[in-house]
Amino acid sequence: MADASSVEIRGVDKFYGSFQALSAIDLSVPPGKVTCLIGPSGSGKSTLLRCINFLEVYDSGEIRIDGRMIGYDAPGGRRMSGGALRRMRQSIGMVFQQFNLWPHMTARENVAEGLLRVRRLRRAEAMARAEAALEKVGLGDRMDNHPARLSGGQQQRVAIARAIAMEPRLMLFDEPTSALDPELVGEVLGVMKTLAGEGMTMVVVTHEMGFAAHVADRVAFMDRGELVAVDTPEAILTRPEDPRIQSFLRTFHERNSF
Amino acid sequence: MFSIQAFLDSFGPLLWAARYTLLVSGLGIALGLVLGALVCAAALSRWRAARFVAALWVSFLRGVPLLVQLLLMYYLLPVIGINVPAIVAAVVTVGICASAYISEIWRGAIGALPPGQSEAAVAVGMNNRDLWTRIILPQAVVMSLPALVNELILLVKASSLVSLVGIMEVTRASQAQAATTFRPLEVYIAAACIYLLINLCLAGLGRYLEHRMAV
Repeated sequence: MADASSVEIRGVDKFYGSFQALSAIDLSVPPGKVTCLIGPSGSGKSTLLRCINFLEVYDSGEIRIDGRMIGYDAPGGRRMSGGALRRMRQSIGMVFQQFNLWPHMTARENVAEGLLRVRRLRRAEAMARAEAALEKVGLGDRMDNHPARLSGGQQQRVAIARAIAMEPRLMLFDEPTSALDPELVGEVLGVMKTLAGEGMTMVVVTHEMGFAAHVADRVAFMDRGELVAVDTPEAILTRPEDPRIQSFLRTFHERNSF
Repeated sequence: MFSIQAFLDSFGPLLWAARYTLLVSGLGIALGLVLGALVCAAALSRWRAARFVAALWVSFLRGVPLLVQLLLMYYLLPVIGINVPAIVAAVVTVGICASAYISEIWRGAIGALPPGQSEAAVAVGMNNRDLWTRIILPQAVVMSLPALVNELILLVKASSLVSLVGIMEVTRASQAQAATTFRPLEVYIAAACIYLLINLCLAGLGRYLEHRMAV
């Protein structure tokens, strides 16, 4: 993927009333690399991810995608216009924990919708691209199914197809396997691995330590709205120095041993 | 003694009067749907003044009996110089009253959609118009169908109240029929049958629509 995006996050704060959800976050996501955000629940990793496409409003600092600031026209400046924000979002794909497929449309229609309404492609072309995206995630035979007729893993793969059909340069994954039955996790991670292999820039909030260890280029650990450490997967997962990371990983090992 | 003949004879004039029952409830729900959509849009608007007007509209129309609203409209219109046939005043009042309930039905259906539905649309860069026409409304309308059918059935029954402003619908026609035949029991049983028949048809139509539009 020649035109993968980079993301630069500098000094980002986010408040819910007086509660500080994000504190002075700095993070660089290099183009074509996979960055996993891990940490305990409530640590702010999903909030940070959702700030990257401005689904969540950050209060100060800056988030730049390929050098272009998202959400505001300048640091501390006015909010970006709706049109400009929509244009930036077109090249950022997002995959949600709950899939968020549109239940009144078939798999093919779910994937084609953005191509028709946002990219303004002709119907035939949109359908052809939707079908290609669904083939790619291994659902060529389920295109006419509504989401209710698909398993969780299949629904999430449709959601990934919906995102990649828009030809994004950056993909955001918000706990993409957390709502899946354990035996369905593998098929979704497999598709994500393929995308990573093609050089897509990916930011992944996950509790799948195996995915973080084997696919991520960088792992960022968050706790209580702070970014505690960013490093290689080995450094974070096998020889962490920070006691907060050690205790987080310990709970994981305890849960996965029986 | 119950007279089968008087019972059967009642159907002629009552079925003829049923056209007004259908007219008042049919036009009433149509007006209610249009006004209800506007009131719902106001209730969900980002402008505080619009939300205030919508809240006032809904609480007044739900808080005052339809019968009182009908009489108010009937006596108010001439005072402010509007002279319309009673049937028009009745349809408008029924429609306005229905709009309060319908706007709440739609507000509820829209609010019941998971927020992720809109987020997914916003995340692909969809604009507001497409978000509403392609994602939110198609789902909200289907979800609201059972409640809308329920509202329509209530309206058919509530239309009996417009007999009080002189419209010869089923209830008023029954009173007239009972007064001339001295057979109130037979006449009112016939009236009940007609209301029941109309509403069974509506319930059946509702089930058919729900089944066809189910997602």
